[in-house]
Amino acid sequence: MRVISARSLDEALAALRDATAASRVLAGGTDLMVELAAGRTSPDLVVDVGAVPELRGIRPVDDGLWLGAGTTCTELLHSAAVTAHADLLAIAAREVGAAQIQNRATIGGNLGTASPAADLVPVLFALGAQVALRSATGARVLPVEDFVTGYRATARRPDELIEGIVVPPRPARELRAFRKVGTRRAQSIAKLVVALAIAADGGVVTAARIAAGAVADRTVRLTTLERALFEGLPPGGLADAVAASVAADTAPCDDVRSTARYRSTVLARVLVRLLAALPSC
Amino acid sequence: MQTDGPAPDRTPASRRSGGFSRRSFLKGASIAAVGGPAGAAATAGGAILTDAPRDTGTIPAGQLREIALRVNGVERRVAVETRTTLLDALRDGLDLTGTKKVCDRGACGACTVLVDGQPTNSCLMLAHDAVGREITTIEGLASDAALHPVQQAFVEHDALQCGFCTPGFVMSAVACLGKHGKPSPATLRHELAGNICRCGTYGRIFAAVQDAAGRAGR
Ligand SMILES: Cc1cc2nc3c(=O)[nH]c(=O)nc-3n(C[C@H](O)[C@H](O)[C@H](O)COP(=O)(O)OP(=O)(O)OC[C@H]3O[C@@H](n4cnc5c(N)ncnc54)[C@H](O)[C@@H]3O)c2cc1C
Ligand code: FES
Ligand code: FES
Repeated sequence: MRVISARSLDEALAALRDATAASRVLAGGTDLMVELAAGRTSPDLVVDVGAVPELRGIRPVDDGLWLGAGTTCTELLHSAAVTAHADLLAIAAREVGAAQIQNRATIGGNLGTASPAADLVPVLFALGAQVALRSATGARVLPVEDFVTGYRATARRPDELIEGIVVPPRPARELRAFRKVGTRRAQSIAKLVVALAIAADGGVVTAARIAAGAVADRTVRLTTLERALFEGLPPGGLADAVAASVAADTAPCDDVRSTARYRSTVLARVLVRLLAALPSC
Repeated sequence: MQTDGPAPDRTPASRRSGGFSRRSFLKGASIAAVGGPAGAAATAGGAILTDAPRDTGTIPAGQLREIALRVNGVERRVAVETRTTLLDALRDGLDLTGTKKVCDRGACGACTVLVDGQPTNSCLMLAHDAVGREITTIEGLASDAALHPVQQAFVEHDALQCGFCTPGFVMSAVACLGKHGKPSPATLRHELAGNICRCGTYGRIFAAVQDAAGRAGR
């Protein structure tokens, strides 16, 4: 295993020129080090970007708020800009692991792993975030939903780095909510996680993004439910719309953390509760 | 996603050699390395003396390289493999065994050290990654004259049973008091949530830390 500790973005991108599908970027290491310890990965090349200054920092940009890929959960939950424009990210970051994990875990790493149970990924879905990728040969920007392509799979090429994330400006009157269900408050991976952002004008829903994690092989949008909020609820009301969406948009499984049945049941309950509590639904 | 099942042995091949205990062998190895190239060559992997390499190149697994870590205010040289964790470098390389290894995957907090003042799971950090940073371990808290107030409070409150979680809890508590002064019970619980005590001594641990916060008078 060759480790290159990059000190600048250019150094990191140059090092990644030689990257293969087996190579890995190392940021906070809270996912990668666990995989190494468990023998689940043996990379040929590890490019450590933990000390790359260009990947740090939270700043306003033309199309919203820029979050460097190396932004840690601790930084997210202490940032005034994040609290003002992307409060759900701060709320979710506080629920990632515990202090030791939050000090190291980065938003780029959460996306890079693209675990179906990741906490920050559904929030980025709900906020309609864009992922900025860069390689030695160019740069591109993808909507986060196109970035996540499958079970722990992403659209990132081996030679690319996640440079940052752009969260669009917060629309007026957008209601947001986040709910994670785990075995205990801290340090537990989600049994299921929900993040939503709904804009309403005079009681009419004008935009809705509802995302859920740990209920399919990847983070999903509950598009059936979103449509029902736009087009009008079915005769059975919110509970029926939620049930239809859980059936159509999720495919939960039994695993070490929970069962499919628990996940479907509790997901429906969480959604009904969150939506019923929003003034406009 | 965590999977269950036994973790493979990450101990470098050179440390698994039979005949002597791992620790006594390592002491020998690091003394040899300090002795110079001839001594270094005598270690199993053939340690190379270099500064912290920014590019490890293609060092074969099992081969050791010497790096410099700043631990408890002192620059220490330690021979590590590319994939050696900070935890293993501290325990096996520097004989700082106060930092405990329990889960080796970030879940329990027993290996907590301060990296540039921030509580960090040393099992989740490469030793290479710790080069140039200020590392504080449980061994670095007490002065010659006195225990750190948090340590003293743990003793007075009898805040441990087996004691295996204690160094990690103390490090997290020291960081918490550094950050919050006198934390509320809720804040304290939040800041210590990354540490697990299998013996269930939480009540006494929280009481000890609250007491230490009061005594420090911050
Ligand atoms: C005890 C424990 C508890 C946890 N709890 C939670 C939790 O509650 N919620 C949750 O969502 N996660 C949790 N995690 C998982 C992990 O902490 C998060 O996914 C974290 O955000 C990963 O960030 P990192 O910087 O540590 O990633 P790393 O481990 O450094 O990297 C993760 C992956 O992303 C890639 N990557 C990282 N940065 C980049 C980049 N800039 N460009 C391209 N690829 C990149 C890496 O190659 C790697 O494949 C937990 C982990 C542990 C050990
Ligand atoms: S040994 Fe590092 S967290 Fe358990
Ligand atoms: S005292 Fe035994 S684990 Fe805490």
